Amino acid sequence: MRWLLLKDLQILRRSPLLVALLVIYPIVVSVLIGLALSRGPEKPRVAIVNEVPAGGEVISLGGEEVNTKQYSDQLYAAVDPVPVSSRGQAEELVREGEVLGALIVPADITTKLQSGLEPATVEVLYNAEDPVKAQLVQDTIKSQVQDANAALTRKFTDVALGYLNLVVSGGDFSFLGRSFDVLGLGPAEQVLRQAQAKVPPNSPEARQIQQVISFARLARENLDLSDEVLSSVGQPIRVDARVVEGSGSAALSSFAVALAVTVSLMFVTLLLAAGTLALEREENAFRRLVRGLVSRTTLLAEKVGLAAACSSIVAVVMLCGLALFVELDWARFPLWVAAAVAAALGFAAMGAAIGALAREVRAASLLAFMVSLPIAFLALVPSGAVSGALYDVTQTISALFPFDPALAALGAALDGSGDLLGPLVHLLVLTLAFGGAARLGLRRFG
Amino acid sequence: MTQSPARPGTDAPAPGSGAAPVLEARGVSKRYGARHAVRDVSLAARAGELVAIIGPNGAGKTTLLSILAGETSPDGGTVSRPPTEIGWVPQQPALYGRLTVAENLRLFARLERCTDVGAAVERMLAQTGLGDRARDRVETLSGGNRQRVNVAIGLLSEPAVLLLDEPSTALDPGQRERLWEFLRGLVEGGTAIVYSTHNVQEAERHAHRVVVLADGEIVYVGSPRELEDAVGASGLGFEAAFVEFLRRRGH
Repeated sequence: MRWLLLKDLQILRRSPLLVALLVIYPIVVSVLIGLALSRGPEKPRVAIVNEVPAGGEVISLGGEEVNTKQYSDQLYAAVDPVPVSSRGQAEELVREGEVLGALIVPADITTKLQSGLEPATVEVLYNAEDPVKAQLVQDTIKSQVQDANAALTRKFTDVALGYLNLVVSGGDFSFLGRSFDVLGLGPAEQVLRQAQAKVPPNSPEARQIQQVISFARLARENLDLSDEVLSSVGQPIRVDARVVEGSGSAALSSFAVALAVTVSLMFVTLLLAAGTLALEREENAFRRLVRGLVSRTTLLAEKVGLAAACSSIVAVVMLCGLALFVELDWARFPLWVAAAVAAALGFAAMGAAIGALAREVRAASLLAFMVSLPIAFLALVPSGAVSGALYDVTQTISALFPFDPALAALGAALDGSGDLLGPLVHLLVLTLAFGGAARLGLRRFG
Repeated sequence: MTQSPARPGTDAPAPGSGAAPVLEARGVSKRYGARHAVRDVSLAARAGELVAIIGPNGAGKTTLLSILAGETSPDGGTVSRPPTEIGWVPQQPALYGRLTVAENLRLFARLERCTDVGAAVERMLAQTGLGDRARDRVETLSGGNRQRVNVAIGLLSEPAVLLLDEPSTALDPGQRERLWEFLRGLVEGGTAIVYSTHNVQEAERHAHRVVVLADGEIVYVGSPRELEDAVGASGLGFEAAFVEFLRRRGH
């Protein structure tokens, strides 16, 4: 077998197009995925007109000073801000397409926020020539304004709750530089009870005092409940997220890495296994080899082994390359290798079956491409995207090919987000099944 | 193996006609579905003998040779030698185009488990006259030179029997002449050669015996001259006698 391996490696070395494909394809995929993951989405370019005078960003709410600059800074960080000095200049930039939108922050925004009597308004201008980009600007600004609204609402709620506590329990209150001692409903009730004790029972005065005491108690008890009401107003809808299917610990970046490596592994292995096996027939060498020099099973094992070894190396190198862009756990390196080798064996056996079926290198390559794309597509269909019955069909079909378990194995190996043993066993079963199919195909191969 | 062969195409007895055959097939049959490709064929080849298998297209020549070579399993019958002891030169050169001539020879010498791979390669390069092309990739060679490499691979293990399927197809007259010169040298060295051809003149000129195959069955075995005599067309030549022979048998 080693002489056949050596021969195939020599042929590979002298097939520059194939080697270029094997080397360049994973590199391109790795770099693209790496850049996409490390750079994140492009920020929209937005003109900013800030008419708030310097030092005017600070507002006073319930005696507490709030610097609104922290909220504007959050917004500016979410976009690529282009500071401009006037509304006209901003409009011109939007119209000319220099920026995707403009945000105009009026001078009176802090006054309105502080008074609490009238909502403050910011103005946003869009260039809608590109609906996708316009939507991006709208979504980004809306999202940031909603965040600021939520934060300010919490502040207002805190202030309102402070006032309510003052009314219920009493205490000191300062307004326009003067301090006031507020009695509060609780202490007022106490004072009234003391006054009631000093008047004759059942007298009209005692009954009137009792009415006031009842009112004070009722008001205090209901205002106590208003804490929770106001908190609900500040955040009427909360999100309580729970994972019921799949692993919640799988990071998007490691999933993207697993997907990139699996796709590359699939193409490289299928092409290599199918191509090298079909080449034996195309060169008329197969029949010469199997007339006593090499058994069909040995030849098959050599092709599967060669393709799996080459593509495993490619996959591991690719993972190391992606680790430059994405944080991967190097302590799990042996698991990466195990998953890559198992996946490569599964794809190699499938590739050999394709090669045995197609019999010619070009036909085998074409068939490998045609088969692999829909298999990858089916395996990536999420539940809920199609009807339940159709999803079950896609899952069943995916389970018959190595892509789905390979993706699961690599995902589990990278971040421990799922079971690794199951996909490895699945891949082993598929390797044996496709190997058997390829062996059957070789009976009529020559 | 050292016996001098008689001149081919004459009435002289075939070389080694009294000796035990180095290759013998008995009752070999092969069917593809309902069609009989080869039906109950028996033949033998002795050391230093050149046997030509001729017949119309579809007669079963290639199937018979591939069974003798161990490339195709027969449905019935036996072949006296295992495939590893038989040199085989298929019609289409079975070579790796991206390997050089020497690399192809070295690979097959290793797979044939030759005791001295280097010596076997050098010997075949010398015998086929391809020494100066040893480092050239096979894909750059002419059809004639590829066929020489193809033959050389069949001879790597120094087999007692060499089987060739249509060896001169796609060769120009000069290349054909050099190939036969080479093969005659092997026969003189005692190698038994069985070859198929659709070129009747090539069979008449080179073979000690011809085996005529039609519809998968052997319909004649003997020297070319004997076939002419059997048909009674001595003056017409072997090709005309062969055509007349087949015509009378309904082919």
